[in-house]
Amino acid sequence: MKKIPVWFWQIALLIAIFVIWHLATAPGLIPPIFFDNEHRAAFFFGEPEKIFSAIWLWFTSGEIYPHLWVTLQETVLAFVIGTLLGLAVGLWLGLTPTASAILDPYVKAMNAMPRVILAPIFMVWFGLGIWSKVALGVTLVFFIVFFNVYQGVKEVSPVVLNNARMLGANASQLLRYVYLPSATSWVFSSLHTSVGMAFVGAVVGEYLGSAKGVGYLIHQAEGSFDINTVFAGILVLTVFALLLDFAVTFAENKLLKWRPQQAETETT
Amino acid sequence: MTTALSFTNVTVTFTGKSGGVGYTAVEDTTLNIADGEFVSVVGPTGCGKSTLLNIGAGLLKASSGEVNVFGEPLIGLNAKAGYMFQSESLMPWRSALDNVTAGLQFRGMEASSAREKGEQWLARVGLSGFGNRYPHELSGGMRKRCALAQMLILDPKIMLMDEPFSALDIQTRQLMENELLQLWEEDKKSVLFITHDLEEAISLSDRVIVLAAGPATHPIGEFAIDLPRPRDVAEIRMTPKFLELHAQIWHAMKEEVLKGYAQTRNKVVV
Ligand SMILES: Nc1ncnc2c1ncn2[C@@H]1O[C@H](COP(=O)(O)OP(=O)(O)O)[C@@H](O)[C@H]1O
Ligand SMILES: [Mg+2]
Repeated sequence: MKKIPVWFWQIALLIAIFVIWHLATAPGLIPPIFFDNEHRAAFFFGEPEKIFSAIWLWFTSGEIYPHLWVTLQETVLAFVIGTLLGLAVGLWLGLTPTASAILDPYVKAMNAMPRVILAPIFMVWFGLGIWSKVALGVTLVFFIVFFNVYQGVKEVSPVVLNNARMLGANASQLLRYVYLPSATSWVFSSLHTSVGMAFVGAVVGEYLGSAKGVGYLIHQAEGSFDINTVFAGILVLTVFALLLDFAVTFAENKLLKWRPQQAETETT
Repeated sequence: MTTALSFTNVTVTFTGKSGGVGYTAVEDTTLNIADGEFVSVVGPTGCGKSTLLNIGAGLLKASSGEVNVFGEPLIGLNAKAGYMFQSESLMPWRSALDNVTAGLQFRGMEASSAREKGEQWLARVGLSGFGNRYPHELSGGMRKRCALAQMLILDPKIMLMDEPFSALDIQTRQLMENELLQLWEEDKKSVLFITHDLEEAISLSDRVIVLAAGPATHPIGEFAIDLPRPRDVAEIRMTPKFLELHAQIWHAMKEEVLKGYAQTRNKVVV
């Protein structure tokens, strides 16, 4: 028997989900099982057909692009700023034991705090534009990167470090040529999580108060009980997040060539 | 004859954890390496060989005693010395070539001339064509070759080597030993070579120094190796003179090895 590739089953499963969703929600198609009214299922769960036509309309009319663009901008800015800050502070605290001893409880407290409650404060500080969303994303990304870099600095191989010193590296060269590359590899290991967090910050920020972005679209649709548009927004966000994740994987493969992976062999 | 590296009454005591008693790894050790001399230090595992070498490199400070480099007291790192470590020391994020040229880069050499010199050294250690591989893409022996080139490209006057080949299989190891000897014959650097393998020590060196088992290790014997050079490390092991020296040194070492072994075994039992 010929082996059916995995992607076939993945696509089949996707189609099946939408078919079942359609069957269960389309009014009058099958008798209502749970609800007492045949329109109820569609009210709560939306209808795939209408969801797709909403998405289609967004893209054909071009209405969605400015919103997607805003969400993308917020995500990227939050990611870049949060990563740079996390990298800098992680290196600093990793290399200065006194400072890290003093700041340790504060770092732990700030990380333990649920950052979403800061969103209204950021709106007061930075307004309803993109910067309040970027700020929220930064607080989420920063800690992931910070902890990874801090750990990375502590775990730089002492042999590699001593070797570089014996080869004549001074303090700033050690930082640039040993600590930084080593820490960067730790940043990359958390890249998927931190990009995801930047995205969460952006969308949640938009949801809580803004005039643009996909999160804002969803919030608006919810306000008018337009469940199909809500689901359409969620679907667009999901695909968007998947694409971001692919981009991260691509960057990772480009930049972490030096990392041992599973050995690759060729058969001829 | 000038002395390249000298240890005079060196004692090293590691401070114990939370105010406990310290551990004296090396005690009252005096050792001289002449300019151009190849000296090996043998001793049971854990006796304090690496500690001694780190003192000579300036990576560790002696608790008491003196270290001199070409007559000057050693302050900070030993800039005249290259160090080859026992475990993996290459920067994993740099290609073989970039690892070899790292020292030149730290000294501010222009990238293109560093590169050219790096290629030459890769060729000298038999790694031409492997320059753009990352350390994890090289075999253990190739990584050691790379580390050797990385050290030698800076043309150090003194080579400090800490069991550099102990992780290699016996064939690769003998190949590397011969290559090391060839490179050394070209411009006779002073070498302090650490090993726990007596055969390796005899076949490479001009002089073999035997350390006592720890704690508080110190030299307990010193043997001049007057075997002819150039040598082939595999062949020289069969000569009667070699066997005679081996028997002689082994006799001096045996007690210490057994002592060291008993200590580690007791540690495990306790
Ligand atoms: N930083 C350190 N702190 C405390 N003890 C150490 C330290 N480094 C080495 N030692 C101890 O000193 C002894 C000698 O170690 P080492 O020089 O590495 O031995 P060798 O290289 O001969 O195998 C060992 O018992 C080891 O536990
Ligand atoms: Mg050792």
